[in-house]
Amino acid sequence: MTRNQLYWEDVAEGAELPALAKTATTVMLVKWASVSGDFNPLHYDLPFAESQGIGKPIVHGQLKRAWLIQLMTDWIGDQGWLKKFSCQFRGMDYPLNMKSISEPEEDKVTHWCKGNVIAKRIENGEHLVDCEIWVEDEKGMHTTPGTATVILPSRQG
Amino acid sequence: MLLEEAKSFIGKVATPMVLEVEKGAIKKYADAIGDENLLFWDEEHGRNSRYGSIVAPPGFFGWPLKWKGTFVFITRLRDEFMQRMAEIGFPRLLDAGMEYEFFSPIRVGDTLTASLEIESITVKEGKRGTMLTCINKTSYYNQFGVLVAIARQTSFLS
Repeated sequence: MTRNQLYWEDVAEGAELPALAKTATTVMLVKWASVSGDFNPLHYDLPFAESQGIGKPIVHGQLKRAWLIQLMTDWIGDQGWLKKFSCQFRGMDYPLNMKSISEPEEDKVTHWCKGNVIAKRIENGEHLVDCEIWVEDEKGMHTTPGTATVILPSRQG
Repeated sequence: MLLEEAKSFIGKVATPMVLEVEKGAIKKYADAIGDENLLFWDEEHGRNSRYGSIVAPPGFFGWPLKWKGTFVFITRLRDEFMQRMAEIGFPRLLDAGMEYEFFSPIRVGDTLTASLEIESITVKEGKRGTMLTCINKTSYYNQFGVLVAIARQTSFLS
């Protein structure tokens, strides 16, 4: 996982961030419930989800938030700093069911975390990059749009 | 009148919560996301990094205002708020989004104090009737009194 460090000078406005693939499964949602403390049965109990008019369990918004933060920390490397972050939960996303204790019903990516560089600027000595980011489902819908501002190291020191 | 009742919650602060940043909790958090970043996993990598230890991913402890059975101290305010909102006609809550400002790293062994405030409640007239937008602001301080992060979580109540 050790990568070459990204520098501010390496980034171009309009460039795409390396996309991050995620496969949402019911097991993943149970794990997230455990670490986040969000035990709303909407995220793992099919009859309950049906009774709420949602149809089936949905991915936690806050898990999608965590994916998008990973998109940023993967990109900026050990020397980068995520300064600001926001996302909005606009659409529902669904996990794959499991066919065995370790395998989902289908072997595929269910969601992509993506982003673009909107602007580069230097403010108070910080080399900043502003990005638009989002989670995209299999239909290409942006269910979780957001923004992020990062500080990157500069080759000028 | 009802909306004044809702707005009376603005500025209310939950009992501060103390969170110990444990190594195992960081790893479980990263595992749940599927995040293999060595900064969150590998002690030697952490020691040699600019942080000098494993750090928590940004957004770790992102949501202390949650369901019963986890963070009971803070949910008292939430329970009181949700109960009153249900009584005045807004029983449904939707998590609408998250906003963070990150100021300083959170290292293994740190002790954070999380202080949650109901920052704003605004009324919106939508297609499906009146909706409330509630913003909860949580400030996280470490054991040195340094503000390490601010989280703002938006809920829609209908």
